Amino acid sequence: MTQSSTTPLLMVRDVSKSFGAVAAVQGVSFPLYAGEAHALLGENGAGKSTLVKILAGVHGADGGALLMDGEPVVFKGPAASRAAGVSVIYQEPTLFPDLSVAENIFMGRHPLGVGRRIDRAGMNREATAVFTRLGVQLDPERVARGLSVADQQIVEIAKALSFNARVLVMDEPTAALTNVEVERLFEVIRTLRAQGAAVLFISHRLEEAFASCQRVTIMRDGRSIRTAPIEDVTIDDIIRSMVGRDLDALFPKTVTEPGEVVLDVADLCRGGVFDDISFQVRRGEIVALAGLVGAGRTEVARAVFGIDRRTSGTVRVNGAELPNGQPLAAMNAGVALVPEDRRQQGLVMDMSIDQNVALASLGRLSRFGLIRRSSERELATTWASRLQLKFSRMGNTVSTLSGGNQQKVVLGKWLARNPSLLIIDEPTRGIDVGTKAEVHRILDRLVAQGLAVLMISSELPEVLGMADRVLVLREGRITAEFTRAEADEDSLMRAATGQSPEVAA
Amino acid sequence: MSVITAPAPAPTDRPASRMESLLRARELGIALAILVVFGLTTLNNHAFAQVASIQQLLNGAALIALLGVGETLVIITRNVDLSVGSVVGLSAYIVGDLFKHHHGMPVLLGIVIAIAVGATIGAVNGLVTTVARVPSLVVTLAMLYIVRGVDGVIVHGTTIDPASIPTAFTAVGYQTLFGIPWLALIVAVVVAAAGYAMRSFRSSRDLYAIGSNPDAAALAGIPSGRRVFTAFLISGALAGLAGALFLALHAQIDVSGGSGYELTVIAAVVVGGVAIFGGSGTVLGAALGAVLLNTINQALVASRVSSFWNGAIAGALLLAAIAFDRWLSLRVTRSLRSAEGAHRDL
Repeated sequence: MTQSSTTPLLMVRDVSKSFGAVAAVQGVSFPLYAGEAHALLGENGAGKSTLVKILAGVHGADGGALLMDGEPVVFKGPAASRAAGVSVIYQEPTLFPDLSVAENIFMGRHPLGVGRRIDRAGMNREATAVFTRLGVQLDPERVARGLSVADQQIVEIAKALSFNARVLVMDEPTAALTNVEVERLFEVIRTLRAQGAAVLFISHRLEEAFASCQRVTIMRDGRSIRTAPIEDVTIDDIIRSMVGRDLDALFPKTVTEPGEVVLDVADLCRGGVFDDISFQVRRGEIVALAGLVGAGRTEVARAVFGIDRRTSGTVRVNGAELPNGQPLAAMNAGVALVPEDRRQQGLVMDMSIDQNVALASLGRLSRFGLIRRSSERELATTWASRLQLKFSRMGNTVSTLSGGNQQKVVLGKWLARNPSLLIIDEPTRGIDVGTKAEVHRILDRLVAQGLAVLMISSELPEVLGMADRVLVLREGRITAEFTRAEADEDSLMRAATGQSPEVAA
Repeated sequence: MSVITAPAPAPTDRPASRMESLLRARELGIALAILVVFGLTTLNNHAFAQVASIQQLLNGAALIALLGVGETLVIITRNVDLSVGSVVGLSAYIVGDLFKHHHGMPVLLGIVIAIAVGATIGAVNGLVTTVARVPSLVVTLAMLYIVRGVDGVIVHGTTIDPASIPTAFTAVGYQTLFGIPWLALIVAVVVAAAGYAMRSFRSSRDLYAIGSNPDAAALAGIPSGRRVFTAFLISGALAGLAGALFLALHAQIDVSGGSGYELTVIAAVVVGGVAIFGGSGTVLGAALGAVLLNTINQALVASRVSSFWNGAIAGALLLAAIAFDRWLSLRVTRSLRSAEGAHRDL
């Protein structure tokens, strides 16, 4: 907080933006000072992403002004915003799958050699230098296709860092990162601040905002509600300002008595990925698979569901063994899988809400092979109201929904099949606090009604808050199992990283 | 702070270098296929390896390879140019007609006019595609018919015969330098220059970015409209040049000149490893694809196989190329996925 009395580096003043009749951002104002990290908080749909796109020059504001160093600026496009020193990390990675990692970072501003030719060696060197600063090892020459979501995010961060931007806007940079990577990112943010840059930090993890930011601006319904030094607010204050009402506990948990075994996995093995995995999930309980990204959690789920073939071992659902590598058989046996990447794997983004909800139940909805639109709509309406889906029209494409509501559509799609086991991978990634609690409440209600849930989550509070039992995976093996009473943040992290209590300082 | 450090992957087994070698193998593979076809045919018919026959092979592939350069630029941006065949016909006829009515017109001027005709049509393609945002498949399909129609009106049933074309111009078609036909040399220079430019300049890398992920390209501040327009402009200009060279090679032109070239070119480009949905591929690969298709074509003739087989073989090759690409991309994705995690050092 070096120069809070001087002119802000970037002043957002009364900025408004409407799309048709919808006012996405209305009269938002806040200053960004050099050397500060500023948290921008709000539920999904509060207008944060629109504001980010205005700062990035993707959208032009309808009203209000942006001032850099006190001078009004107009960004005519992403290139203009970048030239003014604003660098943006978007929520969804925006990479070029066919190009190398280094080229992704330097696209449009490759280092040039003699005769304005691209200096490839120099480009790879610079990319490596940025990765070193971030403390990660990524081969700059490999193509971006096939990178995990976390690695894609790292490339995005590297891209933003390579600009040496004066204003760095991060829209949910940590959603896909492990704790260690997040810690490194914060270190980088500290360095940038020390160099006089301003960081606008958007996250749904409120603890992160407290850990790394000096001031906070809260948005609700497209307006800026409040800007304050972080010391002056509490998490409760923030949540109240964000949702405009008090939240029930974020993690509702009904105590249930687990029933008979639904999922029985024995000695499950997939060569080179995971080994010797055995566990059970009973009716009315949530079992969490915890561990670092890359520990094999998602892979275990995929093998259970039959997307990937298992090398050995058995998977039984309600006593009947599932054939290897047949997702359809798993579905018919009552298993549902809500994948990690809902945009790529969970939804058909260009299809309407009701068609997406009906997608997994088409067999039931069709007569003589023809799908009846009316029954599709009926099914979707039922689940939309049960899951409190917020939408304008059933016929709109899913891409028009916020992340939290998209997740509800995926949930509805699978719940419509009335499964006995729900496998859910990162149930609330990139979802705002309000909707997060709703998703948790939905899960809790389903479990109370006898559903068995296998949950994969990178968010420890979610694991601790929701799970009846926690299995910790490390390097493809189950290294620890905790009951709800035994589990705490410290013991889970130790099991996930392989540190024994004595060694750690 | 952490105690786990995954072993660093061996440098020889890096995914990137493997990927690159696979890509290089694609061009090498086509070159090998050309040699195999050539060798087998020669065993059967020794005349196939005669200098004149080889020259004919090169000349036959040259025009398709030249068109392939422009088509590659367009396809890399996730577009397509179906008008090139018609442009060849129109520009060839216009230049031929000029030679016929203006004796003593400089040869170079003829070539420049042909390029200008092609560039104009390319510019229209580019403008309608980028400004009006009509899919290029539709725009250039319409242009294929429009240009062919205009060609028909201008030609009006006549033919330009060899007598009306200056010999200095037709020399391009039959004279050689160190045994290599001038036509093939000109095309080789264009391919080499384009191939070099596609690797080395920012604006050409933009083309790959646009085809690989259009939304990300917009966010990266790439002037997509301008770049796509330029790709169409170059494709049109090269088609115009190909028209002039068509006239020089055949020394005559009627209304059907260049008909059906567009599909042959796209086949050559795809066989040459350019992804039909944009984002990857090289000009050199496309040119080699053209040579391979033409070599097979000529080999069938030399082996006295019915020319009806020609189309069927080109089609089978196309399917094989696409199946190979699909298989390759799945394999690469999978190998990169499994190699990942190895590099994550916690």
